Amino acid sequence: MNPVSTALRAVAANWDRMIDGFHRKPLPVRIAVMVVIALFFYALPLLRPPIITTNSIDFGGVMFGVVAFALVALGLNIVIGYAGLLDLGYVGFYAVGAYTTGVLTAYHGAWPFFLVLPISIAVTMVFGVVLGAPTLRVRGDYLAIVTLGFGEIIRICLVNVEWLGAAAGIKDIPHPPSIGPNPEGPFAGKKGLFDIPRVQWDGIVPSLDWDHATHFLTFGAGDAIPYYWLLLSVVLLVIAADRLVKASRVGRAWEATREDEDAAELMGVPTFQYKLMAFALGAAIGGMSGAFKASGQGGYINPQTFPLLLSMLFVAAVIVGGAGNRWGAVAGGALVAYLPERFRDINDYRLLLFGLALTVLAIWRPEGLLPPRRTRRVKAAEAEIEAIEEGELEEGAHA
Amino acid sequence: MPDTTTDATADTVTATKALLEVDHVTLKFGGLTALDDVSFEIREGEILGLIGPNGAGKTTCFNVMTGVYRPTSGQVRFDGTPLTKMKRYKITKLGIARTFQNIRLFKSMTVIENVLVGADAHSKVGFWDALLRTPRYRRTEGEARARAAELLELVGIKARHDELASNLSYGDQRRLEIARAMATGPKLLCLDEPAAGFNPAEKVKLMELIRKVRDAGYTVLLIEHDMRLVMGVTDRIVVLEFGQKIAEGTPAEIRDNPAVIAAYLGVDEDAS
Repeated sequence: MNPVSTALRAVAANWDRMIDGFHRKPLPVRIAVMVVIALFFYALPLLRPPIITTNSIDFGGVMFGVVAFALVALGLNIVIGYAGLLDLGYVGFYAVGAYTTGVLTAYHGAWPFFLVLPISIAVTMVFGVVLGAPTLRVRGDYLAIVTLGFGEIIRICLVNVEWLGAAAGIKDIPHPPSIGPNPEGPFAGKKGLFDIPRVQWDGIVPSLDWDHATHFLTFGAGDAIPYYWLLLSVVLLVIAADRLVKASRVGRAWEATREDEDAAELMGVPTFQYKLMAFALGAAIGGMSGAFKASGQGGYINPQTFPLLLSMLFVAAVIVGGAGNRWGAVAGGALVAYLPERFRDINDYRLLLFGLALTVLAIWRPEGLLPPRRTRRVKAAEAEIEAIEEGELEEGAHA
Repeated sequence: MPDTTTDATADTVTATKALLEVDHVTLKFGGLTALDDVSFEIREGEILGLIGPNGAGKTTCFNVMTGVYRPTSGQVRFDGTPLTKMKRYKITKLGIARTFQNIRLFKSMTVIENVLVGADAHSKVGFWDALLRTPRYRRTEGEARARAAELLELVGIKARHDELASNLSYGDQRRLEIARAMATGPKLLCLDEPAAGFNPAEKVKLMELIRKVRDAGYTVLLIEHDMRLVMGVTDRIVVLEFGQKIAEGTPAEIRDNPAVIAAYLGVDEDAS
């Protein structure tokens, strides 16, 4: 065992101990810690801490992309992590959500965003059911292949269907309506409900930058931070809903189906219905993220926005984070979206570095950064049994 | 939970009606006839043993009853309802529960969660109930947990309720399978070789448990190899060999049946 892997193992053990320690704290303490962490993330694009901030690209915009990715990972975690269905075409749902929003708010209609958002979610959910109903009868690898095809079909349709803007895509998708007066231009005077300055760092000396203040809840082209806040709030709501549903009969049925589908069916779980539910819910959350992405700062989508590679990155996010744990999925999604942006400075090598980081993670921690606690319990038990067996073998050898 | 007041003094063996009827069931896999015109019935409140040498078709028979396989011809009726085209989870809801010969627990779930999955079989809680934590959700969840705890107590593994199923000892895993099956609220509990791999002491304990289960009002179908266990606990026995029923009767009758002896020990050619 080389020193690097020993060191990495020690880091992992400490990390797990910290998480376990957190879970043993009394509830008020845990809530307080959660609130502090949430507030930190709300403030992050304003704080712009030196090493974390991306300098070559707008940090607020990056952070918006990061949460959008985290939301997608959260949805895919239901499909892969909870129900154990490998979906390799998840980008298809992301695209459906984005295009529904694009078509209804800009291309063929001018409906307000907050009316279109639930419609986008519903449409994506219908797509999930329509794709899931015939395909969820096949299992494992076959499902992966079918969904992979679905993702590509959606993209190719987008390229070819004139009604959906074809290859040129849809532009000028309106932003969500601002709360407070709209500013005339980016950073032009005090607009919105109130202004929040960002922090400027001179080395390690912080100062307030009022010239680039964020207008509170003004969704304009100039500043991505309000979008980030909106989407972060949505993510927190989805996490809460996820928690409620997972810790119920529904979550148990998913888990039982994942563990042993036949046994689950014979214990009275209508497995097909629950797989379909997981698929549809996952699709809906993916569509929701797509809808926000479409009406985000840029307001522009085209078929190239939804390449197959994105599907793979979504799956990577869930696996890297720790399939089956919502916090793991969020962390994985955030990381997979953030790393390539952070290393934009070394443009030619950034994907190489990113791939390297994923590989190291896969070797070092195959169960993910934040696996469900019970996955770790299983692993610990297995290691224990292995140690006992090895011990016995050695004793046998000495005897 | 079924009525627990069945008094043991009544003649439970003959007086009661048939709960499950296997009616001329034939099952073919291509050219292989796994079950050949098998008929028997399980009466309410009894412990029926299904025995036979390896490969006789016991587990196949089980699988036909629980909907895993569809019979090529013939019919299985439960409480008068034919099960031929019914979905597997609906058969479970109707009141047949089973354990598996090779243990099939939900390994990464805790002991109590395994039982809860069974207890959810009749739950009407859906997505919205769970999301909104409706009164129905709270009531059903509370009932399910109470029932799961009760069943774990019955099979004797309550102390380990928060352990992962995969961390249980082999014997406790078998017990958990029984508790999980009972949680679905069955009228008929089918145990597929529950004593496989048990030592004699564990077998005695299992026999006690099976009797306790019957006394709690369940009808039990038991597939088993161990003759002592089968003879000691069952009310009636059905014997299969090469997919055919060769005998049926009380343990005493079966013990002396020449066809059964031949099937198990082989025919003594010198004597014939």
